[in-house]
Amino acid sequence: MCTDITEHATLTGSAKGPQGWFTAASAEVAYDHPTHATVEHAIMVSVRDGDADGQQRVAVELDRSSARDLARALLRAADAADDYEGDR
Amino acid sequence: MTVTTGTYRGMLAETVTIRGAGDDPIYAYQARPLGPGPFPGVVLFHHRPGWDDWYHHATRLFADRGYLAICPDLYARAGHGEPDDVAAKVRAEGDVPDAQVVADGQGAIDHLRTLPTSNGKVGVFGTCSGGRHAYLAACQATGVDACADLWGGRVVMAEDELNDRYPVAPIDLTEQLDCPLLGIFGLEDRSPSPEEVDQHEARLRELGKDYEFHRYDGAGHGFFYHDRPNNYRAEQALDGWQKVWRFFDEHLR
Repeated sequence: MCTDITEHATLTGSAKGPQGWFTAASAEVAYDHPTHATVEHAIMVSVRDGDADGQQRVAVELDRSSARDLARALLRAADAADDYEGDR
Repeated sequence: MTVTTGTYRGMLAETVTIRGAGDDPIYAYQARPLGPGPFPGVVLFHHRPGWDDWYHHATRLFADRGYLAICPDLYARAGHGEPDDVAAKVRAEGDVPDAQVVADGQGAIDHLRTLPTSNGKVGVFGTCSGGRHAYLAACQATGVDACADLWGGRVVMAEDELNDRYPVAPIDLTEQLDCPLLGIFGLEDRSPSPEEVDQHEARLRELGKDYEFHRYDGAGHGFFYHDRPNNYRAEQALDGWQKVWRFFDEHLR
């Protein structure tokens, strides 16, 4: 069955979905049954707009290994960006 | 029900509106055999991936087998959208409350009994979270004549898993179960784990409940889902469906 694993993040940025670009306000990261990925459970990322309806969503479903790869890539890029901006 | 080449088969399948928890109007997918009946009813509780195509398909399967079948959109309050988007929204909000689901199920049960071709009997069916919800409905709703729980996880829950939405572990409601129960599980499932299924069975046996549990080797979670190749196990699913039809035919006709 479904797990109860869901993490939340507040975002400042933009995302592009089927209806074009939107303001990305939040993200959920869950581990549950995917809709499309061919694994029993997947790390499921939903990037959402700030509307109360949350109608705009970009969805990503990854296996655990690639989710970690993506997370590390994000951290590397953010660290490099801090260096570039002289923030650390 | 035996179907032969000489059997007339026809159904009407459509989205209808029923009254759910709080008297809210919610959509439900209803499929009913054509003909005078009388037919037994079955309420389908959809799974965590939402009110999706598999559940619409399963609803029609029940109608084809001679059941008045209805599957309410338990995620209706999250609004409309593609099923995976709605399910993701519900997941982000911490899932639907058990009491709301049981009341939505009660609305569907009551609706089926109002149909002119009803034989007055109604069963409940669900897989995954829907199996858990079907069991909750069997224990808490009125007028349930048979319950099929297919790999419903979190029937057994630890104290720290309980909250406002899940105030009671379903296993602790077993005393209130007053209809026959069919359980179908994969031995490679982790939720429910084989140990949790054993624990549930021990409680049913202790209370003298009318139940039958079937456990399948080589199957994990969701092994009836033909649209999920990673989960689907054809041989076990075919046998499991036969057990579902036999169980409901025995208790609802």
